[in-house]
This record gives sequence, structure tokens and C-alpha cells, in this order.
Amino acid sequence: MIQLDSVSKYFGKTMVLNEVNALFEEGKTNLIIGQSGSGKTVLLKCIVGLHEISSGNIYYDERNFSGMSSQERKLIRQEMGMVFQGGALFDSMTVEQNIRFPLNMFTSKTREEKIERVNFCLDRVNLDKVNKLYPAEISGGMRKRVSIARAIALNPKYLFCDEPNSGLDPQTAIVIDNLIREITREYNMTTVINTHDMNSVMEIGENVIFISEGAVIWTGNCEEILKADNKTLQDFVFASELMKKIKG
Amino acid sequence: MKFFTHLGQYFLLVLRIFGKPEKHRLYFNQTLREMDNLGIKSLGIAVIISFFIGMVVIIHMTINMGNPLIPAFYVSFTTRDVLVLEFSSTVLSLILAGKVGSLIASEIGTMRVTEQIDALDAMGINSASYLIQPKVIAAMFVNPLLVILSIFIGLIGGWVVSQMGGLLTSYDYFYGLRFQFDPYYLVYTLIKSVIFAFIITSVSGYFGYYTKGGAMEVGKSSTQAVVYSMIFILISNYAVTEIMLT
Repeated sequence: MIQLDSVSKYFGKTMVLNEVNALFEEGKTNLIIGQSGSGKTVLLKCIVGLHEISSGNIYYDERNFSGMSSQERKLIRQEMGMVFQGGALFDSMTVEQNIRFPLNMFTSKTREEKIERVNFCLDRVNLDKVNKLYPAEISGGMRKRVSIARAIALNPKYLFCDEPNSGLDPQTAIVIDNLIREITREYNMTTVINTHDMNSVMEIGENVIFISEGAVIWTGNCEEILKADNKTLQDFVFASELMKKIKG
Repeated sequence: MKFFTHLGQYFLLVLRIFGKPEKHRLYFNQTLREMDNLGIKSLGIAVIISFFIGMVVIIHMTINMGNPLIPAFYVSFTTRDVLVLEFSSTVLSLILAGKVGSLIASEIGTMRVTEQIDALDAMGINSASYLIQPKVIAAMFVNPLLVILSIFIGLIGGWVVSQMGGLLTSYDYFYGLRFQFDPYYLVYTLIKSVIFAFIITSVSGYFGYYTKGGAMEVGKSSTQAVVYSMIFILISNYAVTEIMLT
């Protein structure tokens, strides 16, 4: 479980996050949604610690992450896995080397054990025969899967995904969404996903927070979101013709 | 004001670069790879440039010292000192700043804009140390070796031209090379090469690491890395010379 307590973030004098309070539950896919520029990515990077927050607290299972020393943070980061928007795979390494990288860094497993773990992770994201390929040699959807495989290599307690299906076709996007949900349930992880894709919200939105201009203005799930009466949220949710038709 | 912000940020990055490695063995392997990448792959350019500079320097010296009152061996004596004191350490490092500096800045800059550095940070890895430390250590080991090779090749180039053009006899040439040789000059040039290696790799690493934006900014960082590495090499060259030779 991850809890945000009045988290604010300023870049110079510009306020990007304003007193954000949220609870991301274990074993659920928690979605942060909002328009482009609403502060979603900054919020996710603050939660992971890639940006320092200006005020407030972030708790990982009641451990105050924002008050930790860099050494303590290092340890907690080994419990995290992150899937970046573009995959962020190391392009000079093969798929196998990418997934083995965190294992090399943080475990004392033997080479055989590491390869076994790599194959297990690849199998879990339904990929095979890609071990020796470089990221540039595989498709966008495969890169996302490899990125997920790398993120789960150390068996993390927390999984963060920044727009995991951006740039993917609708079918592949749904496959990736369902894969993340399956993994979340299987390993009882706290998963936080950043997205502006309504298909993802309807598919896996078990706990959804809506951000506008850096503030949380609605919290609920994928069923409640269709009935929400917040004007800004309504404009976001029913922006497409398809969603308007669903609304009737 | 902006200059001091960069300078402060650079020194903070240097402190991070020399942070404790997560796994020594991985860093060691990475350092060996960088020795190949930054050193062995620069051998070709170092050999070609040194050979031709050696040839040109001996011609200049012959023209300018072509006086019956000056002994012939003074030509190779001065050529040796030019190569040992300045060319092989300073000029070669300036050339390597262009080749190696742009390579480092563009490699790390691309990793920054494609979020690969964020991925390292998110894993709890000291990305500055992991990416830059092996390059700094590798260059500090390899650069002095390149400088020694450069001196040797430059002197061979000078000898080849002196024989081909009949500028001076082999006896005079080698007598001049040995004449009043002070090993301290070699110590001076090797110390400079270590300092220059540190400057090239850390300054280029800095510009790559703090790249913001996309492909154009990576190119810009690469250019800045080369320009600032060269400026700092020239400044430190003056400082070291002032300290060690005066």
C-alpha cells in the first residue's frame, strides 16, 4: 500500500502538484488519470523518488519514503519495478541482459539461476526466442513486455507504469493492460499506472484518481467514473465519440 | 552566474561519480570495456596524427634552425622536447576531447532523453557513478599509455622524414634525442595526461548527464562537451606547467 499525504511539488515558483492525497491499494491496479500536462508524470516520478517533493509525505506500507536517507531509499527502491513510457530498455544490451541487469546488481544468484529467472519473466509476459535480440530489433509491444519483465525480475512489491500502452494499437494495449492486472493480482503488488487512455481505465481501473491542474479532484473506480457528476472529469471521460455513445 | 551554477553542479556530480559502487565486479568489467572503447579504439587516430606531426615538426625545426652555428642534432633535440612537453599530451588530448568527449556526451545524453538514466535511478542505482566512473578511471589509465605511444610514433615520423629528405644523419638524430634528456619532462607530461583524461571524461559526462530535451539537445550537449573540455584542458595545461616547470 502506498499513501500520499498532502504532497505538493513546485518547479521554481510554478506549482505542479497541489496537496495531493491518495491511497494506492495492494493487489489492485491503481490508475492516475488526467489530461496531458495535468501533473500525472510528475506525481508518478515524485512517488518513485525521481523528483523530490516540496512538501507532504509519501508512505510505503507506513514507511515514510520522503523522510528517508538516500541509503534507506536505495533499499526500498529494490522493492520497486518501473515501466517507462518508452520502455527505457538499455539499447546497448540484449533483451536477456536487460532483464538480468537488476539481478546482476542486487542479487548473488549464479549465472544459471539468473538465466532461469530471465526465462521465467519472459515466459510470464508471453515472450520467447527474443533473449539474444536487441531492443531496436523488436516491436513496440514487445519492448513494453520486456520492460515489464525487467520490472518484475526482482519480484517487486510495488510496480509503477508510466503510460504503459502509449503508442500501441488497441489490441496490444489491452493485452498489456491485462498482463499488468494479472501480474498485480498474482504477486499481490501495489501497482500504480499513469494513463490518459479511457480504454485502460474501463479495462483495469480498479482504483482511479483523476488529476486536474495538479490536484486530485475525483477518486473512484471504472464503474463509478461513468456516473461521476464532476464537470472536468465528464469532459475528460466523454471526450471521444465512442464514450459519448456508451453514455447514450 | 549561470557559469557558477554549472560549476557547482559539476562538482556535485563529481562527488556522485566517486560514490560507492553497487557491485565492484560489474564496475571493474565496465572499466575494462571502457578501456577498449575509449583507449584501444583511439589508437588509430593517435598513431596517424602523431606520425604526421612528428614529420612536420622536424621539417619546421630544420628550416628554422638551419644555421651552421647550431649543431645538427639540435633539430631532433628540440623535436623531442616539442613532442614530449606539449604535442603528445596537450595536442593529443585536445584531439581526443573531440573524439572521446563527443562519444561520451552523446551516449549518456541519449540515455538521459530516452529515460534509461531514470530507469537506473528508479532501480536504486547511482546512475552517475555507474555510467561515468568506469569511463573516468579507464581514460586515466589509458591516456598516459596513448601519450607514450604518441611520443614514440612522433619520433619515428621525424626520423623517417629526416632520412627521406636527407635533413640530418641517423647518428645526429638519435644523439639529439638523447641529448640532455630530463626524465622529469616525462613525469610532467604523464601527470598532465592523467589530468586531461579526467577533464575529458568528467566534463563530457556532465554535459551528457544533464541533457534535457531530444535529439537536437543531445547534439548541443555533445558540442558543449567538446568545447568546454578543450577550454579546461588549456587552462589546466597552463596551471600544471606553471606549477611543475617554473
